[in-house]
Amino acid sequence: MADQQVDARGLNCPMPIVRTAQAVKALASGQTVEVLATDPGSVKDFAAWSKTTGNEMIEQTSDGGVFRFVLKKK
Amino acid sequence: MTIAEAPVTPETLPVPEQAAEGATRQQGLAMICYSGDLEKTWAAMILASTAGAMGMPTKVFVTFWGLQTFVKPEKRITGENWMQKMMSMMSRPGIAHRKLSKMNFLGMGPWMMRKLAKQYNVSSPAELMEMAQLMGVEFIPCQMTMDMFGIKREDLIDGMGDPVGAATYLGFVADGASPIFI
Repeated sequence: MADQQVDARGLNCPMPIVRTAQAVKALASGQTVEVLATDPGSVKDFAAWSKTTGNEMIEQTSDGGVFRFVLKKK
Repeated sequence: MTIAEAPVTPETLPVPEQAAEGATRQQGLAMICYSGDLEKTWAAMILASTAGAMGMPTKVFVTFWGLQTFVKPEKRITGENWMQKMMSMMSRPGIAHRKLSKMNFLGMGPWMMRKLAKQYNVSSPAELMEMAQLMGVEFIPCQMTMDMFGIKREDLIDGMGDPVGAATYLGFVADGASPIFI
């Protein structure tokens, strides 16, 4: 179970990333956030965000048009 | 084997300083928000808020028509002399009153843009600007534009940096920030 959830379903670029960044800000190092998004662009966007910020992507799944990412704060 | 005899492979080549891990992130972005057009303002705010979310130190130098966007929403007329006042009457300042550069059709175009944005859950430029500020993006007004249009510090939204000139902006670039002009 992740420490924080972000429901970005229905939101368009760049809000899934922006909301996630805000949620991660409130976390301590090593804590995780689970993000749900429906924006197909978010798959590549979250990979880029994870690489640039150093917050590791530990899980990535998709189910019926909903993308789920679990990220661990650096 | 001496150093001179060592084979040249990608591993043995010196790593350029710029390619060092996190270098771009540290030096960040130096944006110029020049246009007051709705579509360009939107693009600028998407990039600024995303840069904030990416943890990139970001400064946005706000100049010419871009400065009109940063006038407080409740402010209708800005300027000290009749010409400056007339300019603000002809084109209402504030982020909620941006016009499209093409297909404006007396406000019909922007109205449809906003309607579509709402339908497809695209955040408005005003929301994105607020997000960017929350995530540490600094918007910096151009002193020269303020003088020319008679825009006072108190006419501008809260939380902006001190008014500066082109040399300060170029200083950011000289320090390694990547320039983006919109």
